[in-house]
Amino acid sequence: MQARIESPDTRTRAPRIARGFRLQWEPVQSAHVLLYPEGMVKLNASAGEILKRCDGTTPVEAIVGDLEQTFATTGLEHDVRAFLDLAAEQRWIEWT
Amino acid sequence: MSAIAPDGPANGIGPPLWLLAELTYRCPLHCVFCYNPVDFAKHEDELSTADWLRVLREARAIGAVQCGFSGGEPLQRNDLEILVAEAHQLGYYTNLITSGIGLSEERIAWLKEAGLDHIQLSFQDSTREVNDFLSSTRTFDLKRKAAALIRQYGYSMVMNCVIHRMNIDHVERIIELAVELEADYLELANTQFYSWAHINRDQLLPTHEQVIRAEAVTNAWREKLGNRMKLFFVVPDYYESRPKKCMNGWGNVFLTVAPDGAALPCHTARMLPGLAFPNVREHGIGEIWYDSEGFNRFRGTGWMKEPCASCPEKENDLGGCRCQAYMLAQDAAAADPVCDKSPRHAELVATVAGLQSRDERAPAIPLVFRGRKESLASERLF
Repeated sequence: MQARIESPDTRTRAPRIARGFRLQWEPVQSAHVLLYPEGMVKLNASAGEILKRCDGTTPVEAIVGDLEQTFATTGLEHDVRAFLDLAAEQRWIEWT
Repeated sequence: MSAIAPDGPANGIGPPLWLLAELTYRCPLHCVFCYNPVDFAKHEDELSTADWLRVLREARAIGAVQCGFSGGEPLQRNDLEILVAEAHQLGYYTNLITSGIGLSEERIAWLKEAGLDHIQLSFQDSTREVNDFLSSTRTFDLKRKAAALIRQYGYSMVMNCVIHRMNIDHVERIIELAVELEADYLELANTQFYSWAHINRDQLLPTHEQVIRAEAVTNAWREKLGNRMKLFFVVPDYYESRPKKCMNGWGNVFLTVAPDGAALPCHTARMLPGLAFPNVREHGIGEIWYDSEGFNRFRGTGWMKEPCASCPEKENDLGGCRCQAYMLAQDAAAADPVCDKSPRHAELVATVAGLQSRDERAPAIPLVFRGRKESLASERLF
């Protein structure tokens, strides 16, 4: 039984790291990792960049803008939203 | 879009991601399936607070991120809060693996303050009678109190119940108890046969029918509960035909430090003969992890004999459990006899069949409860 994830309004709603999870940079692994009870996910570079912006106050639109500016590129919205859907499904993030 | 980074180079030795700090072998319970070594009472020289603080720092420096505090009962150490605080400050995700005995409101408040991230609470059964019988204590009500405190302090509720012949038919009630206590996760872990559980193997091994029934009950509840609670059911190795990838690979992820400072790839590895495991009182954690004979002996696949060496599945399970190979085939480098490709598999099947057809009316062999006196009296080490 999997609840359907409703994609929230990206202009107003902001994702944050879910309770019980912690995101941190691990120098030994040269990667961001997501820690949770008795487990760990080692994230790839783009997942790490997105999740570290999930502070519970920045709406998705602003996260996309920040990423596009930081990496001097455009057209990231689709990928960011696809990743956030996946992250919500995995319960890594919650919507404020 | 994939979010998960690939693991490091296949041949390189990665960092020990998990530090399991077995703080003490002392425990108020006397469980018949305890995984502590049978001779635990002969290793009472526990590491000091300063030793543990150094272990935490050194393991973190080489990359450990998960830290489990276990035992024995870790709440028996009155420096637990100091160690949790240091582990938290160093950036570990901190896990307490406890029976709940000794978890007062004062202590949980301190642990929360120290930054403890997670608590796993163990139960022995759904009823006071069986729980208290199996642990040889009156602890059922204390555990329920601990569960309430865990909730009250905002932790997720992760319950673990060891399953065996004497409680496997209560799986439904155990799940109902977990629902009542609002558990987020419930692990129904069948006993594996090491240490005290091995001494009591004849009485603890469930029949195959019991395992199948319990798994079916679990599956039905999994369906019913959906996302409300995650249920895990761990089958006894003895009923498998392929071995487990024990500890996710020898010296691959886990670093266990025993109460007396012995550093081990898993908590039972000390049983293996002819292997010297370093002690953290004498060696640094980096040297132990990367350079010691004990940690290198069964790393990867280079040590394998046939049938493992040429097996197409060798990377999946790395030949299974070294301790089980030693216990069942008297050779730590043999294939785990759980595997049906092992020449010793038929013997295990015969042993299991013998235990299953055991005449229930035959005089019962007494259970051996884990205890200090029993430990000192026993001639076996593990």
